[in-house]
Amino acid sequence: MTTFFDKQLTKPLPFSRNLFSYGMGTIALLLTGFALLALFSVLFEIFRQGLPGLTWDVFTSLPAPTGEAGVPTGFGNAIQGTVLMVAIATLLSVPLGILTAIYLSEIGKTGAIANTVRFVMSILSAVPSIVVGVFAYAVVVLATLFNYKGFSALAGAFALAVIMLPIVVLSTEEALKLVPRQQRLASAALGANSVQTTFKIVVASALPSITTGVLLAIARVSGETAPLLFTALFSQSWIETLLNPTPSLSVMIYNYSGSPFAAQVQLAWTASLVLLGMVFVTNLLSRFVTRKR
Amino acid sequence: MIHQMSSNAHSESIVGGDRAWLDRSFAWVLRLIALAAIALLFWMGNVILQSALPAIAKFGATFLTSQDWDVNQLQFGALPYLYGTAVTSAIALLFAVPIGISVAIVTSEPFLPTWVRSPLGFLIELIASIPSVIVGLWGIFVLIPFLKPIQLWLHDQFGWIPLFSTETFGPSMLVAGIILAIMILPTIAALSRDIMTSVPSDLRTASMALGATRWEMIFTILLPASASGIVGAVILGLGRALGETMAVTMVIGNSDLISVSLLDSGNTIPALLANQFPEALDELHVGALMYLALILFALTLIVNILAMIIVKIFGFKY
Amino acid sequence: MHSSNSSKPTPTPLPTPDLALCARGVDVYYGTIKVLEDVSLDVYPGKVTAIIGPSGCGKSTFIKALNRIGELESNMRIKGEIQFFGQNIYSQRVNLNRLRRQIGMVFQKPNPFPMSIYDNVAYGVRVFSRPSRSVLDELVESALTDAALWNEVKDSLTKSALSLSGGQQQRLCIARSLAIKPRVLLMDEPCSALDPIATLKIEELIRSLQQELTIVIVTHNMQQAARISDRTAFFSTDESQVGRLIETDATAKIFGAASHSRTRDYIEGRFG
Ligand SMILES: Nc1ncnc2c1ncn2[C@@H]1O[C@H](COP(=O)(O)OP(=O)(O)O)[C@@H](O)[C@H]1O
Ligand SMILES: [Mg+2]
Repeated sequence: MTTFFDKQLTKPLPFSRNLFSYGMGTIALLLTGFALLALFSVLFEIFRQGLPGLTWDVFTSLPAPTGEAGVPTGFGNAIQGTVLMVAIATLLSVPLGILTAIYLSEIGKTGAIANTVRFVMSILSAVPSIVVGVFAYAVVVLATLFNYKGFSALAGAFALAVIMLPIVVLSTEEALKLVPRQQRLASAALGANSVQTTFKIVVASALPSITTGVLLAIARVSGETAPLLFTALFSQSWIETLLNPTPSLSVMIYNYSGSPFAAQVQLAWTASLVLLGMVFVTNLLSRFVTRKR
Repeated sequence: MIHQMSSNAHSESIVGGDRAWLDRSFAWVLRLIALAAIALLFWMGNVILQSALPAIAKFGATFLTSQDWDVNQLQFGALPYLYGTAVTSAIALLFAVPIGISVAIVTSEPFLPTWVRSPLGFLIELIASIPSVIVGLWGIFVLIPFLKPIQLWLHDQFGWIPLFSTETFGPSMLVAGIILAIMILPTIAALSRDIMTSVPSDLRTASMALGATRWEMIFTILLPASASGIVGAVILGLGRALGETMAVTMVIGNSDLISVSLLDSGNTIPALLANQFPEALDELHVGALMYLALILFALTLIVNILAMIIVKIFGFKY
Repeated sequence: MHSSNSSKPTPTPLPTPDLALCARGVDVYYGTIKVLEDVSLDVYPGKVTAIIGPSGCGKSTFIKALNRIGELESNMRIKGEIQFFGQNIYSQRVNLNRLRRQIGMVFQKPNPFPMSIYDNVAYGVRVFSRPSRSVLDELVESALTDAALWNEVKDSLTKSALSLSGGQQQRLCIARSLAIKPRVLLMDEPCSALDPIATLKIEELIRSLQQELTIVIVTHNMQQAARISDRTAFFSTDESQVGRLIETDATAKIFGAASHSRTRDYIEGRFG
């Protein structure tokens, strides 16, 4: 009797079942390892190749003309352009996005219009950014604005704003929905009108989460290249007006990546390091904002 | 002042009054903004359609089947780009689906201690935040040199298979597909993991209480229960792959010829748009590019709506 | 190393092959928090053993230690020894899959798999072998018959198990366990999510299964324990929130003349 159960409990599983378990475990870990390897390789290379070129000059200088040695070289203008266009895009998309989200969570709720807005926003967030660039090209670049027709910071910012809008709308709605219903009722019971309730209670208490969403949207568009390629284009000089071709870090990385000049390739790597730093810091900041409260 | 206010409150009617008016106009302003947000998508579609009209009028449906893309002769055919887009996306799925599902399983099932598992999920999702132009730069200087000997070896050993029938220069559809796989991996992994973690843990326990090993439980319970969600995640990944531009442009070699060999360079719709838009001057050339953009726009719409429908209809059983 | 080792000079208890389950000096921890201390309980084969006690005293924890399912879901750890027909189930050499096959479990909330009724019952069988269709059909039918569900579902075996009522789902879960012919069936408050009629059906079922099977059932329902069990174990927590086995005896004795005042208080409080 004892020996019978002894065998029953301690007998190993059949070879095929063990093989399946250990085999699948190995495969899954191995494949996950590949993914991690790719990530670490990207990060490692950017540091290895980008760090040597990271001097104070890169923030304050223009790209040196090719072939000239000993001249300070950098991409201050590209940083300027990225910050400028992302800032304009934020100014355009955030107010509109937050108001749309307020409509969704406070007024439209599950009505037909609100559901259509949600649907359209999730579709819009999936439209390839190059298509948004094409749209901005047709709407802004080909149009004459303030007596100017052509590539401009405005066109680039417009494209980025279109990309940001659905991200802001969807994340803000989530943030607003988290505000407890009782707070709205309590405010209304004290005689506040809907504008007061919405802004003083709902938006105010959701502000950290809204900020998180906005920061994530900013992080996302800071690295966008495709929608800027033929809207803002590029330029080798400092920015003087919104209505001129405008440089950006991402387009600069693209342009210099294929350059035959080592100095330009070096700038591309260093710019990658700076851009990645900006994106990661914004990402981290977004986590920090919600964790604090 | 206080007296005034309270008397005001007393005299105020509880119906109508300026408050109701304010509330209603606030609602209307918001409604208009919301409608504008809806209009944005249609505006986008319409603008692209209008700009594409010259090319649509000239080439019609033959645009989709012609292989000519000659800017000087103003002859435009989209087939090489449709082909390149399809092939690179297929390669991307081939790599990203098994890896993405593996990552989802490894980060949701307790194979590894929690202190390894949670940073692991975070790291994989970090890939999604790396700008694609940076991945492309890495592709040019790291991935292509790394894959070149492998591609040459594939040609040496399996050259008799049409897929590997040419010698590579380095940049190729295979490299582009692999880089796309890296870029869509976080989408597939993160969405699949969310779906798997929402499968009730009761079911896992019940399965293993019947003597199943963890992997048997994964294949008989976990994956079937989350199948529709995983399919949705994969289709969303496909949507991203179709539209991904920069990383692909930088490693695909930008050739306008159709080649069966994956080791040959090729081109995709987004890559062509990125390359030619800045220099497009002729109305017909711009129109042809817009036509391509319209096709891409429609493709991603279809793919994303499909993903939503699959998740909704065949949705989660629990 | 651990202080309990020195205070309890127990040489390894003798193998007890005629007890279905035999716990000796069992402490259970979640991480570093001790929730059960020094539980020694005998489960006789072919009998129904009920475990009662206030909520949070570690009843679920204890029966999850009996088939080692607890360590799957949480960081549960065990000190002491538990024997299954004389064999230490916490021995290094034990194969967990085989152990769980021998000791089935039914959970508080019915949890059928999202597949057909037939596939639910066949699940455990298929894990261990690839029987022919006709053998499988027979196994499924006999398991469903044993679980008193066959007549209700024989015409809808391919329907989703999720279409059944709660009580039917629970009986399906019992059938699913019976199909792999376990020696012991553990049940953790199997009726707590069911209505009175479904509860009655399950109680009848437990009574009828008892011939071939050893059953350990956790219940918060005193009447139920009194009705269906042969032996009853009463668990309770002490001041330090650590659960203990207060006493165990024949059910009639526990409900008639328990030796411990705490058992009597509990039963009177809940019963009377
Ligand atoms: N997974 C777990 N992790 C940590 N503590 C747990 C866990 N499960 C149960 N506990 C604790 O163990 C004690 C006993 O719980 P349980 O066995 O569920 O009691 P009962 O089933 O008797 O109501 C409780 O104090 C509970 O909080
Ligand atoms: Mg319990």
